[in-house]
Amino acid sequence: MLKLKDISVKLGDFKLENINLELDKGDYYVLLGKSGVGKTVLLEIIAGLIKPDSGQVFLKDENITNEKIQNRQVGIVFQDYSIFPHLSVKQNIAYSLKGKKLSNKQKEALIHQYAQLTEVTHLLNRNTTNLSGGELQRVALARMLVSKPKCLLLDEPLASLDVQMKGGLRNLLRQINQSGVSILHVTHDYEEAIALSNKVAVIHDGEIIQKGLTKEVFQKPATEFVANFTGIKNFFHAEFSPLNTAKINGTLEINVSNKDQIKNGKIIIRGEEILLSNEKIESSATNNFKGKIVQIIPYLTNYEIIVNVGVDLTVVITEKSLQKFKFRKGSIVWVSFKSTVIKIIP
Amino acid sequence: MINNRSTPLLFPLLGGLILLFIIAPLANMFLATTPNQLFETSKDQDVIDSIFLTLWVSFVSTIVFSVAAIPLSYYLARTKFRFKNIINGIVDLPVVIPHSAAGIAILGLISRDSTIGQVASSFGLNFVGHPVGIALAMAFVSIPFLINAARDGFENVPLKLEKTALNLGASPIRVFFSISLPLAWKNILSGLIMMFARGLSEFGAVIIVAYHPMVTPVLIFERFGSFGLKYARPVSVVFILVCLVFFILLRTLAKEKKSENA
Repeated sequence: MLKLKDISVKLGDFKLENINLELDKGDYYVLLGKSGVGKTVLLEIIAGLIKPDSGQVFLKDENITNEKIQNRQVGIVFQDYSIFPHLSVKQNIAYSLKGKKLSNKQKEALIHQYAQLTEVTHLLNRNTTNLSGGELQRVALARMLVSKPKCLLLDEPLASLDVQMKGGLRNLLRQINQSGVSILHVTHDYEEAIALSNKVAVIHDGEIIQKGLTKEVFQKPATEFVANFTGIKNFFHAEFSPLNTAKINGTLEINVSNKDQIKNGKIIIRGEEILLSNEKIESSATNNFKGKIVQIIPYLTNYEIIVNVGVDLTVVITEKSLQKFKFRKGSIVWVSFKSTVIKIIP
Repeated sequence: MINNRSTPLLFPLLGGLILLFIIAPLANMFLATTPNQLFETSKDQDVIDSIFLTLWVSFVSTIVFSVAAIPLSYYLARTKFRFKNIINGIVDLPVVIPHSAAGIAILGLISRDSTIGQVASSFGLNFVGHPVGIALAMAFVSIPFLINAARDGFENVPLKLEKTALNLGASPIRVFFSISLPLAWKNILSGLIMMFARGLSEFGAVIIVAYHPMVTPVLIFERFGSFGLKYARPVSVVFILVCLVFFILLRTLAKEKKSENA
């Protein structure tokens, strides 16, 4: 469907190097990376708004690297929506239809079809200046979909929206994708990737450092950066011994269940699977370490407690537990986890 | 907004002096002109003809030159090229050179000895002493006002909107007419009004290119030279009033257009 081959570009201090990416028909591909890493530039290269220094862009096996912007048939929706402020919602949606060999009736039908899909029918005759961020994003999507792009490029589409609007828009994006539109969506938010994509690529320092099926990338992050960026907190390099133990980050020895007798690899321990207590508890957990709380980070529904036990371990607990056990920064605590909850990545 | 109390008292006092400097001569001229003089002057055919000539020549010159000046402004706003600063300097040149010198330059270009003058002569035209010559002189000195205002307007149009329009399948020319031009229109209109107003008031360049037919600034000069201040003053007052009416009318229309688009 869409293929990027060895795309490189240098713009001032910033560069993208040898970007290779392939979207199949119907894919929802999320490109994950920090802000300012060049994700938007990559979308603009695909759309033809920026010329790469080298490399090619293929759409349905056709090389479109030097194709005119208006003939590319890839639709980009920018983070700031880029709604034409002097046109009404309807005129915005109808923008791409001018000059097309369609009757007025057909044009009206198309406008209403996509306005209905994006739930903006009631706004059609409105001016765009007083619309909310979510409404503007929906209008931008409707406007782009009317032009029937072969591939949709989304630049941080949910970044400026509140939680409630995000939910609604995620559903809409899923619907659009399920209707057969391939989507390349760039974001810095790994939760968007989990919620929407079937494939994901992580971009860092101008290069794609890991890509593949979303499940695979999230289950087997290739580097610490990917692990951290995909929301995995306890990711360590480990040297395994034949005695089912492993030294993590060269300091802490833990018990593991190393069935495959791996010598070197990485391990992941989910913060939700680590127990935190004030005293050592007797249980089937073979890993029990005394440590000190170095940080308590509140989140929407729970707390992340960072405990230093030689390495920093992130433990996730509820507010109720935090209050019950009176955990404080600097408290001496015990962490416990079973060797079977340790995920080993060769 | 800064609180009035935080501005030194000296500033509005100095500002008041400047305003007085602008208002006092005009007020004096208006007060020194009797209603009878105004009435008689406004019936004077020479005055009517010259005001009419000044208005339509400046208007036509503004419209004709805007056809090329607006695309130039867009090009300057959107394109990066090596000698852009030099081009911007050339655009501003008519503002800094003496207008009589500008008149001499225009005369050299359109006189019968020049190539353009000879080509025009072969069609039976002589731009010197002709409304076309006046229009050229007016445009020469007033076009920077339009180009600069329009360039600022185009620069204020977010590039992303144009990129989006292109991405939606519009050709660059459609993007210009459907996105860039409407969004920069406020500045362009302001530039057109300024160019028109500047053209109306031009004297130095016009008098060298065409003493006759007489535009109003030249007529005022002629009345002053031949008959003195007493006869020049009513023409000046009538012309200023006409210019003010046009200026207010155009500004009001521009504002209405703006609120329609808001």
